[in-house]
Amino acid sequence: MTHPEPDPVPVLALEGVSKSFGAVRALRGVSLQLFAGEAHALAGENGAGKSTLIKALAGVHRPDEGTVLLDGEPVVFHGPADARDAGVAVIYQEPTLFPDLSVAENIFMGRQPRRSFGRVDHRAVHAATADLFRRLGVDLDPDQPARGLSIADQQLVEIAKALSFDARVLIMDEPTAALTGSEVARLFGVVRSLREEGAAVLFISHRLEEVFALCQRVTTLRDGAWIATEPVAGLGEDDLIRRMVGRDLDELYPKLPAEVGAVALSVRRLTREGVFTDVSFEVRGGEIVGLAGLVGAGRSEVARAVFGVDRWDGGEVEVAGKPLKPGAPSLAMAAGLALVPEDRRAQGLVMGMSIERNIGLTGLRATSRAGVMNRGSERSRAVDWAVRLQVKYARLGDLVGTLSGGNQQKVVLAKWLATSPTVLIVDEPTRGIDVGTKAEVHRLLSQLAGQGVAVLMISSDLPEILGMADRVLVMHEGRIAAELDRAEATEQSVLAAATGVTGRAA
Amino acid sequence: MTTTMEPVRVAVPASRGLLDRVLKMRELAILAVLVLMLAATQIDNSAFLSQQGIKDLLLNATILVLVAVGEAMVVITRNVDLSVGSVLGITAFAAGDFLQGGGNPLLAVVLAVALGAGFGLLNGLLVSIGQVPALVVTLGTLYIIRGIDSIWIGSREITAGVLPTGFIDFGHNGLSALPYLAVLAAAVLVAVAYFLRNYRSGREFYALGSSPEAAGLAGVPVRRRILAAYIACGALAGLAGALYLARFGNVDSGTGSGYELTVVSAVVVGGVAFTGGSGSVYGVALGALLLTSINSVLPSIGVSSVWVQAIDGILLLVAIAVDRILALRVAGILRKRAAETRSARHG
Ligand SMILES: Nc1ncnc2c1ncn2[C@@H]1O[C@H](COP(=O)(O)OP(=O)(O)OP(=O)(O)O)[C@@H](O)[C@H]1O
Ligand SMILES: [Mg+2]
Repeated sequence: MTHPEPDPVPVLALEGVSKSFGAVRALRGVSLQLFAGEAHALAGENGAGKSTLIKALAGVHRPDEGTVLLDGEPVVFHGPADARDAGVAVIYQEPTLFPDLSVAENIFMGRQPRRSFGRVDHRAVHAATADLFRRLGVDLDPDQPARGLSIADQQLVEIAKALSFDARVLIMDEPTAALTGSEVARLFGVVRSLREEGAAVLFISHRLEEVFALCQRVTTLRDGAWIATEPVAGLGEDDLIRRMVGRDLDELYPKLPAEVGAVALSVRRLTREGVFTDVSFEVRGGEIVGLAGLVGAGRSEVARAVFGVDRWDGGEVEVAGKPLKPGAPSLAMAAGLALVPEDRRAQGLVMGMSIERNIGLTGLRATSRAGVMNRGSERSRAVDWAVRLQVKYARLGDLVGTLSGGNQQKVVLAKWLATSPTVLIVDEPTRGIDVGTKAEVHRLLSQLAGQGVAVLMISSDLPEILGMADRVLVMHEGRIAAELDRAEATEQSVLAAATGVTGRAA
Repeated sequence: MTTTMEPVRVAVPASRGLLDRVLKMRELAILAVLVLMLAATQIDNSAFLSQQGIKDLLLNATILVLVAVGEAMVVITRNVDLSVGSVLGITAFAAGDFLQGGGNPLLAVVLAVALGAGFGLLNGLLVSIGQVPALVVTLGTLYIIRGIDSIWIGSREITAGVLPTGFIDFGHNGLSALPYLAVLAAAVLVAVAYFLRNYRSGREFYALGSSPEAAGLAGVPVRRRILAAYIACGALAGLAGALYLARFGNVDSGTGSGYELTVVSAVVVGGVAFTGGSGSVYGVALGALLLTSINSVLPSIGVSSVWVQAIDGILLLVAIAVDRILALRVAGILRKRAAETRSARHG
């Protein structure tokens, strides 16, 4: 692959940009240059200021200090529309879609192709969307409402949106966090061809191998400050991690052997019509069971049904030998079950509430007496967990919505771990979490298992499954396709079962 | 470090316009209830749907349709305008006062529309710039406008006698069973519906109501659109005020009191969700027609009119229940489709 020589004048650049939110200094004098025909990576831990930097480039935040340069000239973007008109396309970390509108309208809102008298050309909108989806290899219906799309599909719609206009600068904030291999490959294909046509690309991902696969240069941020900008070639993953974290990293998968106890969760022939069929498995105390499979295989749906969020049509669930009533999350919680959901914005957190109250929501029973809440014990419980998970925040009273994406994920974890469950179901527990904290979360899960908690871990991150699980269940098209011991589970065996090549129910 | 897995995605034939289909279902449901109700009444009382009967039904609905269509635009953006009743009252009186002094009828209508738009602008500014919830702001302007109305009008009133006969005729006559007022309202309805469906700014109303945050990121000029919705709503309330004057010929300081509740009911019964971003003005017009028809139906089948309000309330609750059921149905359809995708992969 040949890259055109970088143009000496950056298409878009930041010079000495600072941005504070109250007491939090999210960016301190950061400079960054994006060149035509070059893919630039932005690395840093959760809360390092990556998303804030992107929002400064996109006109969402106005820098407190410093300037934004477009083609070498200072510009002020008064809003996202200005940046868009300057040819800057942005995929934000959290999908922001209009749930009531069709996917096609979501993509072209405000920029719909028009026919005579300025009327929207609905047919052209549909056709252009179908075309984009074909390029990206996505099989969504352009007329489908955005409501109810999975996180992965929402992310694909966001990607299609950014690709829908001829951007000179393409900025992507963790676009791949919810995607699987082929979707990522397809995205990278499209991005590479855009770059070869002369677009500048800024890319963020906590999956470091993606940074190495896509980008030519990388800038590292730590605590809002610029650390380094350097070519990717010749850099190792360890070097990059050291820049981000400021130290060497411990083991990423600190799996401890645990004493396997009695059956804690038993699921028998669970069926929800059209979603999953005849799902049976057991999780014992002290065990970490991985639930692998492709996006859409029905893993999250099984978890939601077990926890009582969704109803099921047949089968039964037992916790510690006692049958669980379907469709009653509060009873499930009382039985010692906890579910860390996949979609933190929609299911995991109340964005308009403080960190403290969010963590407190699952413990209203524990921290209140005779129905009256004790704010003191709520606070100490929150502090305890926020510290253990290294949540980066200014004050516990801050709104959860103002935390960085990865730190929001930690709050969801804290909220459920604080219930001291006997059965813990975690759905994509490390999505959007930086490498350092990822290791921390893994250590925590391992410790919990060591204390006798039964852990069911859903993950699309195969090394995480292989590194952490005592046993791996693989789902394929709504059924359990294989059950593999830690020794049997390899990348090949899990993938084969997940794609339906082998397995007991093909 | 990370290897993710290969999904197998197979294209399923897209079923066209699920969203549109659901919206149509909602409108058809109101239409069915309306037709059924009218048919049942006609069987019971064969004089009900005479030429005059139909004309009355349409005339009664006209004013509500106009105000409700304006209100719908505001509700679609996830706001509400409670001041429409006060605006209707004050604009009706202003137009009457103007005509009483020998003014031109057309100018009187223009005056009412402009005055209404002015109040809309005020509401819009307070909501979009003041960042105060629309419910509170417009509850305030409801009382303020009503207060101005009372001080200005006092115990005066406008009666049909002082108005030009041409104006009154316009309010009562029509092409056989089709009143001029209804034609005007229908024209406004079609224009607004066409705008909301086919113009970028119209679509942005829905975007804004569906997710204000996403609208901001998509570069939708949020404040301008909210302002526009309120101005349109005020203007339509003003137009309705002028037409009210033409139809009833009688206006005092209490005109339009409490009307906002009927208007909001029509909007909700018509399928525009209070959470914004969905519904159509055609549905709202049907909702308005349904609500006003009940007022005529009950007396003509011999039910006391004291029941009217209770029945309006029941209708409102039924409408909300239907919306909920529809939402669940859509979720079900999507789920089934996912299952079909899966079996399509099986081959
Ligand atoms: N709107 C806001 N109000 C207050 N604080 C904010 C706001 N946005 C960001 N912050 C704070 O700024 C810091 C940087 O956040 P940012 O979202 O840029 O991190 P990030 O590098 O994108 O992290 P992640 O990898 O977790 O997404 C965090 O401490 C966050 O809490
Ligand atoms: Mg971020």
